[in-house]
Amino acid sequence: MSYEDWYRQDRLPHIFCAGCGNGTIINCTLAAIEQMDWKKEDTVFVSGIGCSSRAPGYILTDSLHTTHGRAIAFATGVKMANPDLHVVVFTGDGDMAAIGGNHFIHACRRNIDLTVICMNNQIYGMTGGQGSPTTPKGCLSSTTPFGCAETPFDLCELATAAGANYVSRWTSYHVKELEKAVKVGLETPGFSFIEALVQCPTAFGRRNKFRQVADHVEYLRSHSLLKAKRDRMLENGEHIPEDMYIVGEITRRKRPAMGVKP
Amino acid sequence: MRNEVRFSGFGGQGIILSAVIVGRAAVIYDNKYAVQTQVYGPEARGGASMSQVIIDDDPILYPKVATPDIYLIMSQEGFEKYGAVAEDPSVMLIDSTLVHSRPKCRCIEIPATREAKLTLKKDIVANIVMLGALVAATHVVSEESLRKAILDSVPKGTEDLNLKAMQLGLQLGKQP
Amino acid sequence: MTRTEFWQGNTACAEGALAAGCNFFGGYPITPSTEVAEHMAAKLPKRGGVFIQMEDEIAGIASIIGAAWTGARAMTATSGPGLSLMMENIGFAAMTETPCVVINVQRGGPSTGQPTMSAQGDMMQVRFGSQGDYAIIALCPATVQEMFELTVKAFNLADKYRVPVFLMADETIGHMREKVIVPDTVERVNRKPLVPGTLPFKADADLVPGFPQFGKGHHVHVTGLTHDERGYPAATNPKLHANLVQRLVDKIENARNDMADYDVINPGASRVFIAYGAPVRTVQQVMYDLNDTDIGFLRLRMVWPFPEKALAEFKNAKAFFIPEMNLGQMAREIERHIKLPVISIPKIGGELHTPADLISTLEAHP
Repeated sequence: MSYEDWYRQDRLPHIFCAGCGNGTIINCTLAAIEQMDWKKEDTVFVSGIGCSSRAPGYILTDSLHTTHGRAIAFATGVKMANPDLHVVVFTGDGDMAAIGGNHFIHACRRNIDLTVICMNNQIYGMTGGQGSPTTPKGCLSSTTPFGCAETPFDLCELATAAGANYVSRWTSYHVKELEKAVKVGLETPGFSFIEALVQCPTAFGRRNKFRQVADHVEYLRSHSLLKAKRDRMLENGEHIPEDMYIVGEITRRKRPAMGVKP
Repeated sequence: MRNEVRFSGFGGQGIILSAVIVGRAAVIYDNKYAVQTQVYGPEARGGASMSQVIIDDDPILYPKVATPDIYLIMSQEGFEKYGAVAEDPSVMLIDSTLVHSRPKCRCIEIPATREAKLTLKKDIVANIVMLGALVAATHVVSEESLRKAILDSVPKGTEDLNLKAMQLGLQLGKQP
Repeated sequence: MTRTEFWQGNTACAEGALAAGCNFFGGYPITPSTEVAEHMAAKLPKRGGVFIQMEDEIAGIASIIGAAWTGARAMTATSGPGLSLMMENIGFAAMTETPCVVINVQRGGPSTGQPTMSAQGDMMQVRFGSQGDYAIIALCPATVQEMFELTVKAFNLADKYRVPVFLMADETIGHMREKVIVPDTVERVNRKPLVPGTLPFKADADLVPGFPQFGKGHHVHVTGLTHDERGYPAATNPKLHANLVQRLVDKIENARNDMADYDVINPGASRVFIAYGAPVRTVQQVMYDLNDTDIGFLRLRMVWPFPEKALAEFKNAKAFFIPEMNLGQMAREIERHIKLPVISIPKIGGELHTPADLISTLEAHP
C-alpha cells in the first residue's frame, strides 16, 4: 500500500493552484501516517477554512471541515470523546494564528493529543491575498498595499511557550525532514505542532517578487537556518539575520498530556 | 395551607442553605410542595443575602413571594433591606445578637449567635439555631423533617454539632 | 420506581442530561447557567463521560459537535452572550446535521445586560441567529420538573432529527428549587445509523439521513460548505444548494405536528393566554385565582417549530394574550398565523410577570 491509497480518487482534480506548496505537505503527512501503520477507519482529519483546510476533503478517512479558526476546538471534541481515534488537524496561518489563535494556545496548554500541521503561506490565499499574522514585515498583500507594518508571529515559539510537547518547523523544500518531523509528531503523546512554510505563487509570490515557484522555494531554502546551527551561532555571539527562518526540531518534551489513547 | 418565608443575613451565615434546608424538609419529608428562590449577584455576597421559600400543601403556581408571612433575619443590613417592610400579621424571628432594630410586626427575639458561641462554642451554626427556633415558633415544617433535612445538608463530621444547634433553637423558639 | 428531589432548575437539567445518557459536556461558564456545567463537571467523569471546560463558547459548541460525530450524546450550556458567540457553529451543526443539545438559561440583554436576572430575549436569536436559512428545535421549561424532562427530550429529538436542539430556559426556572419526581429510567430514541452502501448525506423518506459515525469505516467527509449526497463540497451548484437547504428546513418544519408539545386549557374560551417558560406560572396562578372557563390557555413546551395548529383549537377565541419576558418576540410570530387580535404583554427588567400584571391586561381588554 502506498500513501496514494489515502486519497479520494473521486475528488480529483483538486482546487490547489499550479505551483502551490500545500500538496507537498499533504504528501509528507500521508507518507508519515503510512509509516505509522494507522488504519483509515481510526484516523480523522479536521480542518478550518482556507486553502490548507481543503486537504481533509481529499483524504479517504472520516474528516471534519469546520468553521474558520475553530478546527482545533472541534478536534478537541473528537479526540476527548474517542481517544482511540488518531486526530490530525490541517490548518493555515490565517485560520490558526489569527481567528483561531485562542484555540491554538489553549490546545497547547492542555497538551491534548493532536497533531496540528500548519501550512504557513504567510497570506490568505483562498480569498485573494490579504495580510495574515505571519506576513513578514514589508511584504505586500491586498490589505498591506504599502508593505506589512506589523510584526509577525513566530508560531513555533508561541506553541512552545503555550505548552506543546512537540514543535518543529520546516519548509516545502525540506520534504524528507518534514516527513520525519510529522512522524515524530504523530508518535508523540500530547500536542504536536509542525509548521511548514509553503510557497503561494498566486497570492503571495505574485506580489512579492516570487513569480516563479522555484524562486520562492529557493528563498525558503536559502533563508532556513537549522536550529542547531542557530544555537551554535548564539553561543559564539554571532549575529542572526532577522529574515532567517529557524528550522528543525524546536521543542520536544514529555509534559503530562490529555486525550492520550489509554 | 401556604407559608411564605423570607430569610436574610450577611454572606457566610448560611442564609441560602437555611432556606434550602426548609424547602427540602417540606418537599422530601413532609411531602408538601416548596419553591426556593434567592437573590444573586455581587451585592448578595458582601452585603445582605436573601432567600425565600414558599411552602404549600398544593402545587405552587406563581413561584415568587409577594408578601412574606414569616421573616427570619440575621443581620442589621438584612433587616434594613429585606425586613423593615414587615407588617402585621407577619411574624419575624430575629437574631437579637446581631439585629438591633425591631419590626412593626410581631417579633420573636432569638439570641442565636450568642447562644451558639456560648453553648456550642461555634457561632457558625447560628443559622441552624435559628431554624430550630423557626420550627418551634411557626411549625412551617415538622421537627423530624427539619432534623432529616439538616442531616442531608451539613458537612460530614458536623452532624452532632448541627443537631445540638437545632435542639438549642427549638428550646429558644418555644412560644408560651 | 421514582424518587423525590428538591433540586435547582439547573441541577435538574444536568441530571436530565445524565439520565438521557449524555457522555460529553464542553462549555464555558456563564451566569445564570453555570450550575449546569458545575454539576456535569462533578458527575460526568465518575460515569466514564468527558467534561471539558473550553476557552470560550465558540470552542464549547465546536467541541460538542466534534464529540457528536464520534457518537457521543453531547451538550453545552450557556446564556445570551455565549449563545451569540456560538451562532456560527450552530449554523455549522444545522448544515452538517449534527445532533447536539444546547442549554440556554436566558438573562437580560442586550450585551452583558443583567447577568443575574431573568429574561426570554433570545427566542428569535435562537431561531434565526446564524446566517442563511435553516431550522432548529427549541423547548421551554416552566418547572424544575420540566428542566429534567425536556432536557431528556432534547437529546431524543436531536438524535431523531439530527439537528441542534435548544433548551430555552430562563433564570427564573434555572435558579429556583422545587420538587422533582425523578424516574429510574427515561425514554431513549437513538440516531438512525447509516446503512452501509448508502451515500452519507442521502436522506430517507423522513428527510433525515442515516448517521455515519466517525471511526466506523464510513470515511465520511463532513463540511459546512454546501455539499452533495456524498458529503463533497458543491458550493456553486444552485439547484443542489436549494435542495439541501430546503431539506434542512423541511425535515423540521414538516414534522412540526408530530413533535408539537403543548397543553390546551379551556378550548372554548374567548380570551386565551399563550405562554412558555416562567410566565406559564403566572398564567396558571391567574387561571386558578379567576376560575373562569372563558379564559383559555395554550401552554407551549416546544416553541420552535411553532405549532400554529394549536391556535385553531380555540374555536371561540376573540383575542390572544402573550406574556413574555421580552418586548413581544413570540407575539409577532403568533400574529403571523392568525387574524385575531394578539395582545402582547411584554415585561423586561429581569422580573417575572406578577398575576396583577396579567389581570390588569385582561381588564383592559374585556
